Amino acid sequence: MADSGAQLVRIAGAERPPVRCRVNGQAISALAGDTVLTVVLTQAPRLRKFEFGDGYRAGFCLMGACQDCWVEVNNRRVRACSTLVADNMDISTEIGARA
Amino acid sequence: MTSYDVAIIGGGIVGSSAALHLALRGSRVLLLERGRIGSQASGVNYGGVRRQGRHVAELPIAVRSRKIWERLPELLGTDCEFAVSGHLKLAVTEAQMAELQVYARDTIEFGLDLELIGKQEIRRRYPYLGENVVGGSFCPGDGHANPRLVAPAFARAAAKAGAEAVEAAEVVQLAADGKSFDLRLADGRSFRAARLINAAGAWGSKIAETFGESIPEDVMAPNMAVTEPLPYFIVPNIGVCGGGIYLRQIPRGNVIFGAGEGRADRDTIRARPLPEVTAEAARLALALVPRLSSAHIIRTWSGIEGRMPDGIPVIGPSTSTPGLYHAFGFCGHGFQLGPAVGAILADLALDGETTTPIDPFSVARFVKAENSLNTAVRFQAESGGRRGLHGSRGAAEHLPRSTPGSVKAAYLDSFLRHLHITYRG
Amino acid sequence: MLKIVIVGAGPAGVRAAERLVRAGHRPVVIDENVAAGGQIYRRPPAELHRDPKDLYGFEAERACKLHRTFDELAGSIDYRPSTSVWSAEGRRLDVIDRDGASHLLWDRLILATGAMDRVIPIPGWDMPGVFTLGGAQVSMKYQACAIGARPVFLGTGPLLYLIAYQYMKAGVDVAAVLDTAPLSGKVRAAPTMMAGGTALLKGLYYVARLVAAGVTIRSGITPVAIDASSGQRVGVVRYTTGEGKITTIACDAVGMGFGLRSETQLADLLDVQFDFDPSLRQWLPAVDAWGRSSVEGIYLAGDGMQLAGAQAAELSGARAAEAVLHDIGQYDARRIVRSLNRRIDRWLRFRDAMASRAFPFPHQLAQQCDDSLMICRCEGIAAGAMREAVRGQGQAEINRVKAFTRVGMGRCQGRVCQTAAAEITASAAGLDISMVSRLRGQAPIKPLPMAVFREEAAQ
Repeated sequence: MADSGAQLVRIAGAERPPVRCRVNGQAISALAGDTVLTVVLTQAPRLRKFEFGDGYRAGFCLMGACQDCWVEVNNRRVRACSTLVADNMDISTEIGARA
Repeated sequence: MTSYDVAIIGGGIVGSSAALHLALRGSRVLLLERGRIGSQASGVNYGGVRRQGRHVAELPIAVRSRKIWERLPELLGTDCEFAVSGHLKLAVTEAQMAELQVYARDTIEFGLDLELIGKQEIRRRYPYLGENVVGGSFCPGDGHANPRLVAPAFARAAAKAGAEAVEAAEVVQLAADGKSFDLRLADGRSFRAARLINAAGAWGSKIAETFGESIPEDVMAPNMAVTEPLPYFIVPNIGVCGGGIYLRQIPRGNVIFGAGEGRADRDTIRARPLPEVTAEAARLALALVPRLSSAHIIRTWSGIEGRMPDGIPVIGPSTSTPGLYHAFGFCGHGFQLGPAVGAILADLALDGETTTPIDPFSVARFVKAENSLNTAVRFQAESGGRRGLHGSRGAAEHLPRSTPGSVKAAYLDSFLRHLHITYRG
Repeated sequence: MLKIVIVGAGPAGVRAAERLVRAGHRPVVIDENVAAGGQIYRRPPAELHRDPKDLYGFEAERACKLHRTFDELAGSIDYRPSTSVWSAEGRRLDVIDRDGASHLLWDRLILATGAMDRVIPIPGWDMPGVFTLGGAQVSMKYQACAIGARPVFLGTGPLLYLIAYQYMKAGVDVAAVLDTAPLSGKVRAAPTMMAGGTALLKGLYYVARLVAAGVTIRSGITPVAIDASSGQRVGVVRYTTGEGKITTIACDAVGMGFGLRSETQLADLLDVQFDFDPSLRQWLPAVDAWGRSSVEGIYLAGDGMQLAGAQAAELSGARAAEAVLHDIGQYDARRIVRSLNRRIDRWLRFRDAMASRAFPFPHQLAQQCDDSLMICRCEGIAAGAMREAVRGQGQAEINRVKAFTRVGMGRCQGRVCQTAAAEITASAAGLDISMVSRLRGQAPIKPLPMAVFREEAAQ
């Protein structure tokens, strides 16, 4: 990820059990009940590179409609906003690096 | 009533190309499209621009067409995303590999430059292919294009060259008096033309029926799907022996594939892909390119195409009506042929003949002898002049010029019987 | 037993299920989410405990009641969470769920598919850190996360103020609320909006509380652009005030939306008839006074039908169930439906006052946008390409513009861009918006993982 710094800001619910996962190979401690989108965007400003231009994407509607937030989890493409994190998930925001 | 040299029914790739070729030769051309230009089979097909694998009879047309495809930027001002990616036809059994070898040998005179590739080499060149592939045949000059753009680009170029292209123009009445054709549209407009081209696709047989030719044209609806954009890794347009699945990737990243058939309804003009067919197509695509297992299908579609019982189209002069030329029923593989078929129709309409051999596509192979006149016409056509792969005679030779007067009268009678038949309200 | 299927488990779907169960049926309820509630009453995941008051504000009691109703139905319905309909035709629905692909047949079908934000692209809208208003709310309710430390809420509609208020109440430093609708319209609309009863008062309360907290609220603005700070992140919103002055405001996130747009893909695949609603400027499934569609056996309810909000959705969900019960001859529901309709009509009047006066849709923003503005964020298609298809190639129908330019051809199938795409097509062609048609639905309704078919084959 080119830039650091979170986009999302947690405002409550810190007292949840932790979930261990990896984002782009880096070990991350998320919270049970987090979506993959929340896991990534509370650590970083973006989810993926845009296929048809220079820009990046970080989700848009957060309710599974706009199809903006695709990332890879355990080598499967998933919609980050509608996928809950689980222990040992391997999340990659380098979607598009390979088919 | 406005008069034209040639009227064309059907604004698909065939009709639009015919319009352009006629207009470029200075004809006054009218192109009539019931819906939108290129919105049926021409616009919704897979987009393969392939000579390899065709019926040998189609190859002379495909070869002529390939030359037009190459000139699209010059002819149309756009390349319609035509990419010379090569076409790879795959075998999954040794028997199929042998078929590919036979095909390569039998078609050598057409200059397809087919390269037969063995198992090891195919694995090296296309490591993403499934394990079951035992070999293939590669045609370097074939490729693919964006079907949504091609017919409209031909129609635009035709209009620029002076043709009149009319959309939302449903022909409801057709009549011929031996010298010219009268056409009336659903909205009441009417036109007259000296020649008529029937390029009405899946509805071509209905037009032909108006002129007393009963042609067994069925419908088909290719079941198509496209994935989300993926990194570009599949360069050639890929097919398999037996035609189960066809698949290509565009440089933007989307993988387009088709297999099986959806449902087409000629009367309501609607076609739909079917979910179980899409599922089966996905299974076949995954077997062909297992790496697609992480991809998502984002859209499926279908369209209405005409299909002939023998799997090849109807191209050529009418057997009943002088000045009428047919080109329809392309059985799901007319996209590549379309540009040349348009050129051939222009030849036929203006010169009465074409240098491209089209006899195998003659409508005569379906038309039953319905009356003595038609028999007389066909007899004339078959007994006079040369036939075979060296050229086809145009309408002039199908005209009952030397027919005895009584037969001629009967011939005109056969028109009268079919005058003012409304074939679709 | 008659197979009744309800698609959607928001306020409309839940109330429909409740009535059907009460009448002795066991409906199938298909829900894309992991738990019922829909978007508006979305429940946080089990691990995240929140006070309903914090989550739903004034609507806490209503939300809890709906959730309770649904929980009590548990044994009496065939509930299918995390299930998505990807194709539909005739009496068949093709679905995928955690177990893969399958299909089911229905005798009666109630579509309660909800809505999403209606979006007008503005320069910078595709940058990370820009979300829809609904997204901003989901983030807060479902994930206890704010979309940024200092968000701007931009657009128009009642949601604008509600969400700003919810953020402020959660302790977030709301940078500004920028409303494209002028204040004058709201004042004019007030008498009619009384039809919504306390809804108007709640709206006024949100504004008052935001003002009291010192949040910048601007009406009648025109958004100019969302600019990046460093590293392609949201930094500034530029806008023109009602008086024509260009102003900037620093922020690190934007929530934007211009009212709602019905999710109608499923209804479309099922061939129900649509009508253009001029006051909402969108195509909606045509229904009779019972919520029956033009296709026999298919009923509609909630925001997927009429965009009248959550309370109306509960009512129209109940109405769809009553219509089913009436039509299958179980009992005469005419009196019940009449009474439901009296209440639904109040919400429709409220909706119309909001749409036509208080929060008019600023369609001119889309119509007048720059040629370089990206309209289709899936495929990266700019307004200029669309205008070229219209003016240069004579295409004045939205599906043709799609075919020529790829606008609306991406993963979202035009959900996000179709509103702007239609407005741009209409204005470039010099036609009324109702004349450019609507994007045709094509299966799959949402991206369909190819792997489900391989697994199905392996079984």
